[in-house]
Amino acid sequence: MTDISKEIIQNLPYQKPFLFVDEILEVDENNIKGQFEFKEDLWFYAGHFKNNPVTPGVILTECAAQIGLAAFGIFLLKNESDLDQMKLAMTSTNVEFLKPVLPGEQVVVKAEKIYFRFNKLKVSVEISDQSDQMVLKGEIAGVILT
Amino acid sequence: MTHNEIIQKLKSIVEPYVNNQPNFEQLNENSDFIKDLEINSANLVDVVLDVEDEFDIRIENDDMEKMLNVEATVDVIQKKLNQK
Repeated sequence: MTDISKEIIQNLPYQKPFLFVDEILEVDENNIKGQFEFKEDLWFYAGHFKNNPVTPGVILTECAAQIGLAAFGIFLLKNESDLDQMKLAMTSTNVEFLKPVLPGEQVVVKAEKIYFRFNKLKVSVEISDQSDQMVLKGEIAGVILT
Repeated sequence: MTHNEIIQKLKSIVEPYVNNQPNFEQLNENSDFIKDLEINSANLVDVVLDVEDEFDIRIENDDMEKMLNVEATVDVIQKKLNQK
């Protein structure tokens, strides 16, 4: 894993069982790409659905937001000092789900900056599965609370 | 651009973000974006960015902080237009 990926993940305000980022693959001022493996033993598969485990859409949205907003925001604010004090809030999601993600699948999240102004980051985001099929697409936004 | 023209343009800008329609219909200079129009505070950023595009001006942080109601926002827009 690259140093920048390690540094970003260390600064994320999440931990297991609610961390949905394994690695940041690429990041620059306009784009970020990261991945996460939905391991078969993740806690929510026991209940969603009964005898038919499928990754919940809210969790896919969360995964998109942790990479596309939180991790990306940390990179964009890399020169700020108080990253560990940063409080985040997701403020809007407008996403569609195109394909189910089953236990054991690894996904790639790609986000492109629409704007980052006045402490609000808005991105267009896509998640694709291992066979490069799109599973989620949309726009999400979040703010840094001061 | 007259004061009223600015208000009319601002009214179309805020409309998609409004959550209190009766107060929007009675929008006036004293209308507060958050308290009266019930705009999500995160969407104030979108209002400001739309204002920048519509009036072709650049809003800075200290201007943004003032833009909480119609009157203050019109003042900021008017000031920026006069500087052009």
